[in-house]
Amino acid sequence: MNDAAATVRTTYREALRAALRDALTRDERVFLMGEDVGRYGGTYAVSKGLLAEFGDERVRDTPLSESGFVGAGIGAALNGMLPVVEVMTCNFSLLALDQIVNNAATLRHMSGGQFSIPLVIRMATGAGRQLAAQHSHSFEGWYAHIPGIRIVTPATLEDARGMLWTALMDPDPVIMFENALLYNLEGELAADAGPVDINRAVVRRAGQDLTLVTYGGSLGKTLAAAEVLAAQGVQAEVIDLRTLRPLDMPTVLGSLAKTHRMVIVDEGWKSGSLAAEIMARVMEEAFFDLDAPVARVCGVEVPIPYPKHLEEAAIPQVAGIVATALRTVGHHA
Amino acid sequence: MTGLDRSGLLRTMLRIRRFEEKCAELYSAGKIRGFLHLYIGEEAVATGAMRALQPDDAVLATYREHGHALARGIPATALMAEMYGKYEGCSHGRGGSMHIFDAQARFYGGNAIVGGGLPLAAGFALADRMMRRPRVTACFFGEGAVAEGEFHEALNLASLWQLPVLFLCENNLYAMGTALARSEADTDLCEKARSYKVPAQAVDGMDVEAVMAATVRAAAEVRAGGGPQFLEFRTYRFRAHSMFDPELYRDRQEVETWKKRCPIAAYTRQLQAAGGSDDAQLAAMEAEVAAEIAAAVAYAEAGSWEPVEFLARDVYTPRPG
Repeated sequence: MNDAAATVRTTYREALRAALRDALTRDERVFLMGEDVGRYGGTYAVSKGLLAEFGDERVRDTPLSESGFVGAGIGAALNGMLPVVEVMTCNFSLLALDQIVNNAATLRHMSGGQFSIPLVIRMATGAGRQLAAQHSHSFEGWYAHIPGIRIVTPATLEDARGMLWTALMDPDPVIMFENALLYNLEGELAADAGPVDINRAVVRRAGQDLTLVTYGGSLGKTLAAAEVLAAQGVQAEVIDLRTLRPLDMPTVLGSLAKTHRMVIVDEGWKSGSLAAEIMARVMEEAFFDLDAPVARVCGVEVPIPYPKHLEEAAIPQVAGIVATALRTVGHHA
Repeated sequence: MTGLDRSGLLRTMLRIRRFEEKCAELYSAGKIRGFLHLYIGEEAVATGAMRALQPDDAVLATYREHGHALARGIPATALMAEMYGKYEGCSHGRGGSMHIFDAQARFYGGNAIVGGGLPLAAGFALADRMMRRPRVTACFFGEGAVAEGEFHEALNLASLWQLPVLFLCENNLYAMGTALARSEADTDLCEKARSYKVPAQAVDGMDVEAVMAATVRAAAEVRAGGGPQFLEFRTYRFRAHSMFDPELYRDRQEVETWKKRCPIAAYTRQLQAAGGSDDAQLAAMEAEVAAEIAAAVAYAEAGSWEPVEFLARDVYTPRPG
């Protein structure tokens, strides 16, 4: 890294837009398709302005037909294109579950490896905007259950800017979950920021007392919790998984080998969650590295409620992460 | 239709019929497992329709697709090996009867989710349209798919965007065991297509030349940039839905009545009456088809089982590093 490299003030939303613009510019096979991506400018204003820049062939508004246009994205990818399909929120992606699971994740295998599907599906995820139970769920861990697709969860400006092109160059379907609370995230980004690796988890904060594993919309809260813990003399290492399938367990276990304690922060419901999968792998692969039971801060097992105080109580928050971390470090073997 | 290869049409139908009769036999013998959905009775549809397509057109079909695969030119050997689940099969054995794929033939399944192929077809056609390629995507599906949301989403999308899709509906009257009249408020399938402004035509699916003529016309319009077309082929499945079906939902008399309209017998009579073929020629054709199928069975028998060590292959595309 060149220290003198210029940075620009930007947002997660603008970084995603820059990534889309970059992809549309780089390759004529790339097109964006989804509900209100064109004239409306994107539900979260991610694609604002791109219609004027690239035209309605390549920034394509669709009817409210999730199964239809996700399936069309798969077909177009099979037939030589590099589609970026936007599904407004992961809640609506359930209408396209047949296409994602039965076709996108499966056709390569059923055909004996004859085809690749270089498709990217983007969708918003997560709670926090008082949108109640049909607009606030987190299904990324659920999708990570499925072999044949890759799941990425950009949590930083760098990843919002850099994951899209790498995902498009991946020969297989990639689903990108964008936590909706991150769209307004603001900060400095290298002016020459570009594509990033999507194979590895990253240590976002170094520490030796315990490992906090998280991703997506919970990264900011987890880093904030780490600062609170530091003030109390506990140095937490924070790992951003970035990719939920395939999981980069070497990075997770490497940290655990140093800290011997782990808390997993996951906005998804606890039962059958991604957090549960990581715990299971720790049990299988690193049980004897542990000085305390692995703990979790997860979504409470309830559909996300509308009132602000109940919604906040339903998903991981800084105070809960701190309390769980303190219990974990206080629990000496 | 001058210069029509009538003997070729008959031969393709016969190949499909004899191939599937052999499959039923092999199923009983335990050589083929899983679900086996036979196309017997419907051969004129795939045979006639496929003649309208070019090599670089794309074909999508359902789980009742052996006939389409053969008519599209997938070798009987690779197809039979797939039925066995052998590595030499066209999908390396991973798919079986319901999931026939062949990149070279641009044959994209073999989709066992009813209606699941229709959105894919819209996407194939979207790619061709965006790349200005004068290709057609032919999508076969049964009348049962008409009840699925994906049918309506795909027809609307294809019409809205004027995509080069040929929607080929094989109406064999039963979605598994549910008669069309027991599942659709309006049984006029062409009307449903027209409601999306997709030109539609109902065709006698037991008449191979009628199927071919209608598909040639519709494909030409699609290829010329006229947007999607919908054809309903009225046909009938002579055998059970799958090998597990006791056929409680339709009476024998109905089946026997339709069998009198067997597309192969009818076309044979037609050719004989026109003096286009004699008994010796037909016998020779039967013998050639029998030899082809015997060779396919031998190929499948001699094929190999994929090593269990390869189990996790073909989930993701191999990548460098």
